[in-house]
Amino acid sequence: MLRYIAQRLIAFLPTLLGVSVLVFFAMRLIPGDAITAQLGTEAGMLTPTQRAALERYYGLDKPPVEQYFIWLGEVTQGNLGFSIRHGKPVLEVILDRFPLTLQLALMSVIIALLIGIPIGVLSAIYHNTLIDLIGRLFALIGLALPNFLVGTLIIYILSVYFKILPNSGNYVSFGDDPRRNLEQMIFPAFTLGFALAASLMRMTRSAMLEVLREDYIRTARSKGLRERRVTYSHALRNALIPVVTLLGVQAGYLLGGAVIVEQIFALPGLGRLAVNAISQREYALVQGVTLFIAFNFVMINLAVDVIYASIDPRISYGKR
Amino acid sequence: MPALTLASAMASAEPSGRRAKPFLVRLLTNLSGALGATVVTLFVVTAVLGGAGATPFPPAQQFGRDRLTAPNERYVLGTDLFGRDVASRLMQGAWNSLRVAALAVAIAGTLGTLIGVTAGFIGGSLDTLIMRVMDVFFAFPALLLALLIIAVLGRGLNSAIIAIAVVYTPIFARVARGPVLSLKAMEYVTAARCIGTREPMILARHILPNMLAPLIVQFSLALSWALLTEASLSFLGLGTQPPDASWGVMLAESTSIAERAPWLMIYPGAVIVLGVLGFNLLGDGLRDVLDPRLRKR
Repeated sequence: MLRYIAQRLIAFLPTLLGVSVLVFFAMRLIPGDAITAQLGTEAGMLTPTQRAALERYYGLDKPPVEQYFIWLGEVTQGNLGFSIRHGKPVLEVILDRFPLTLQLALMSVIIALLIGIPIGVLSAIYHNTLIDLIGRLFALIGLALPNFLVGTLIIYILSVYFKILPNSGNYVSFGDDPRRNLEQMIFPAFTLGFALAASLMRMTRSAMLEVLREDYIRTARSKGLRERRVTYSHALRNALIPVVTLLGVQAGYLLGGAVIVEQIFALPGLGRLAVNAISQREYALVQGVTLFIAFNFVMINLAVDVIYASIDPRISYGKR
Repeated sequence: MPALTLASAMASAEPSGRRAKPFLVRLLTNLSGALGATVVTLFVVTAVLGGAGATPFPPAQQFGRDRLTAPNERYVLGTDLFGRDVASRLMQGAWNSLRVAALAVAIAGTLGTLIGVTAGFIGGSLDTLIMRVMDVFFAFPALLLALLIIAVLGRGLNSAIIAIAVVYTPIFARVARGPVLSLKAMEYVTAARCIGTREPMILARHILPNMLAPLIVQFSLALSWALLTEASLSFLGLGTQPPDASWGVMLAESTSIAERAPWLMIYPGAVIVLGVLGFNLLGDGLRDVLDPRLRKR
């Protein structure tokens, strides 16, 4: 198992390298120069000598390929660069925002699991009945509802009918005030969790339907096990395998920040950080954030593969 | 009609001897397929009318006196903050959204299929290389990748098309590669090779026709995602630019005044959901009809 993990980690390196190359050069293709983007109108007051000095200071006077390798060298030593706008090292800026993104991702995954899996299981058990129809309808609508619509609707309903404005004030971290924090986070988490619940439901349902037809389910029933036992410990456990994959991929994306939901609910997470950094052309910050996001993503994928082995005894990573 | 040529392609690909019902009949007798096809047809007709300018009012014309009018006989779906007719703007928005989504999916589908088929058919280290490059794109959340591309290209419709196309190309590559891998190991492919058929011919005659089904399904599903992505980008102000209408733009404009004029949020919201739902249902229907083996997934 350890060997497998090591192999996969090595295989991830080219992906991460690819991400870094893509982002690094994409940023440099953006029209305009970084100094103007950083300083705004003040950039117009710079003398050519000052501008050249700044470019030299940030390493922007070197050819892009050389800049890339210098940056890569720093990254391997854990230095993602310095964010001028935030006045802090990039890694610090990212780690400031990460707890929020992590919390949001966790809460939405929990909400999605609580809604999606039971509905999926019920839909499969009561295949082709009214319950199944309602479940499938829920999934269809959940998949067709865009995040920004759910978010806007939630805000609308809360403000018009309940006179509450989520996040009317500034964001409060869980450590500072757990209650306020949860009040602020529950609606964005629900917005994200809703769509995820719909896809989990679909996956759970179809996997359950497939598993329930298997011979070992018939065996379990014929040896006199109670239906509940058959459903939960025999069928569901096996049906969860594709669900875990889906959840892994989705959770990986959630850890990349939820651009739109963070925007709508005014939450300072990784998604908004990335968007703002792109629009302000903060090279180091964009590179750092995207690399961080991609890193999370590949790590989650690895975790999913490892979890596989523990829920599906048929998969072994020893010999491949 | 492309659907008909498709139908004959499907019918000829059918291995069984008995004659299958025409493709369209099978699609329309499938509940998802029929519902999806109806919604998509309505959507396309509305979009084309909107694109051709056959709207009740010019979509950008401002009727200053009728600002924020609730739906009535004259303005069926009401007017917005500038006194523009919501129904006309929704029709124009349908055109913009559909155009972006369709072009993006067409590009992504063609490019992705080409990449996936090349990787799968040639195999070896080229396959590894190509799929690793695709992995790089998969390591980004879709919207973030789209944002990065739009940052490079500047905002606007064309950038949105390219951004969405880039995001979905790797997905098509994966979907196309899978069947090629299994098809090229088939005995009839080996047989064709034995009698001296050249590789491009094998690809064109024996492999591509047999992988159409998953690709067509993917096209329909990708259209629904592309609609969502277009709406999201426009919602963030990066896709369609005002005063041009797009569903995402309309919804974004409605947020600040939704309390006073809920119709500004409800109708664009409803058409987005309906449009996406339509393509999703059509995709499900197509999958049931074209590729019964995939049905249970």
